[in-house]
Amino acid sequence: MLNFLFTKIARALLTILLVMTFAFVVLRLSGDPAQILLGPDAPQDAVDSFRARWGLDDPIWKQYLAYLRQLFAFDFGISMRDQSPAIELVMERIPATLAITLPALLLKIAIGIPAGVYAALHRNSLADRGVIMLSIFGFTIPSFVLGLVLVLVFAVTLGWLPAGGQDSWRHAILPIATLSVGGIGILARFSRSAMVEVLGQPYIRTAMAKGLPWREVVWKHALPNAAVPIITLIGFMVGALIAGAVVVESIFSWPGIGRLIVVSVANRDLAVVQCLLLVIAASMVVANLCVDLAYGLLDPRLRHRRAAH
Amino acid sequence: MSVLLQAQGLVQQYATARSLFGKPGAVRAVDGIDLAVRQGEILGIVGESGSGKSTLGRMLLGLETPFAGQVRYRGQAMPAPGTAQWRGLRAQMQLIFQDPLAALDRRMTIRAQIAEPLEIHGLARGEALNRRVEELMARVGLRPDQADRYPHELSGGQRQRVVIARALATKPDFLVCDEPVSALDVSIQAQVVNLLRDLQEQERLTMVFISHDLKVVRNICDRVAVMYLGRVVEEAPSDQIFAAPRHPYTKALVSSVPRAGRGLESRIILQGEPPNPAARPPGCAFHPRCPMADARCAATVPRLENHHGRSAACLKLDRALEPAA
Repeated sequence: MLNFLFTKIARALLTILLVMTFAFVVLRLSGDPAQILLGPDAPQDAVDSFRARWGLDDPIWKQYLAYLRQLFAFDFGISMRDQSPAIELVMERIPATLAITLPALLLKIAIGIPAGVYAALHRNSLADRGVIMLSIFGFTIPSFVLGLVLVLVFAVTLGWLPAGGQDSWRHAILPIATLSVGGIGILARFSRSAMVEVLGQPYIRTAMAKGLPWREVVWKHALPNAAVPIITLIGFMVGALIAGAVVVESIFSWPGIGRLIVVSVANRDLAVVQCLLLVIAASMVVANLCVDLAYGLLDPRLRHRRAAH
Repeated sequence: MSVLLQAQGLVQQYATARSLFGKPGAVRAVDGIDLAVRQGEILGIVGESGSGKSTLGRMLLGLETPFAGQVRYRGQAMPAPGTAQWRGLRAQMQLIFQDPLAALDRRMTIRAQIAEPLEIHGLARGEALNRRVEELMARVGLRPDQADRYPHELSGGQRQRVVIARALATKPDFLVCDEPVSALDVSIQAQVVNLLRDLQEQERLTMVFISHDLKVVRNICDRVAVMYLGRVVEEAPSDQIFAAPRHPYTKALVSSVPRAGRGLESRIILQGEPPNPAARPPGCAFHPRCPMADARCAATVPRLENHHGRSAACLKLDRALEPAA
């Protein structure tokens, strides 16, 4: 078990390192931060001193080594734009993002899974067809369309809710709704097919043949076995908690991580973008690790395969 | 021997998938079966895939409600699935599937799976439950230390032993084995068949043994019913059916069993399509593949006629079935 954990963590760190290297190279190939930040009309000596100040004149491998040295000292650099530490800029945005992505995740789970399980248990009924149709609608509609439609209906036409900003809990309703619709659809569809597959298994028929009441067949045998693929999907959703709202935050002017990404990339604020990617990659990797551990609890086969390694 | 279970005019049909413009059709998986299972016997049901033998097995157990006809267990009509009365009956009748891995919940230990039927029916708890589980495991030839293993840690034969132990937990009277050894290696098959046979004798079980493997059926069954497209075409004591099959389909099946000292040239090779319940030929369902068929077979449905303890459904055999006097 410990051995397994160490391998997993080593792999996770390698993943993060690869992401950081890729980001480092791409950001430096895609434009000169000095030009972009200071503007096209900036005097040449201002540009030159900016480049010297941030070490942008050094060869890229030298910059990369310096960057790695910083990383290992847990120094995440300083924003070129407002001179404050990048990690602080990122950290202060996280609560705002979680304030909409966490409730959205809870909604996805609370609505999507029961809907899918209900549909599977009442297969081919009207309710089942309804769930399938709604879930296809849910995950095919892009969030930028859905967000704008919701704004049009609830903010512009009806005037019930604000169209953007972050002043009260009422401002969070439309972003949360926009974020959760797609996930509800995907989870419903996924839970339904996982349950349908499990319900067709001989051990379910055996459980019935043993005289187990249907309720208990579902709770004891069907749901725990269907949980494995569902947990995987929820793991992805947890991994996307921090980075999953870029578009929605932009639509609703919600000052979270997503907005910070858009602004920092546009300004080539290198340290901030790199720090953001690091935090996002780390959150994805941690979520994946948690999913792997959850598997072991749900499926003894995986637990033992792992112990064998 | 008294009759434990009686099937009367059993019919089961399933709706076929609707094509784009077509109406949904109905496929008859089982098409009018009368069958008596006597106390303490092993009745074999053989037939190709698609002949309706598994559907018949599920209806005999009351896991499926027949479209028409009924099953009587100890003279009583089978209660509707899901009712308390039906659930109570579950302790008395059990089934064993082909694929033991799929029949076991992979998340539960062997102990928990064998204990579950006992818990459901409140037959044992605490220390007595543990003792009963260990007794059952010993009974089917599993080691006590395997109780805390999971299904994937056992071999195929061991898994099937777990399934058998679980089926026997509530001391049932009636057991349906649906292809219980088809998924196992030939070397393991004999062990499991022998185990089933021993248990049947010791527990005085009544068994329906569904299989397409005639060698196994011949080994274990007292009586055999041969199915073709949802109907029984021949039924007779096991030794008689293998020594002197009457229905042309049974003859072809029996001739296909390899036997030492007999060449392959004596096999009867059936022509034509394998049976498809969605397109049942008129008249005798077997006539398109039958080497003896004539115009009458295509027009008239043969009845299963009983002569001297064995019966066959074939128009060509009317005369042959007369007493030889």
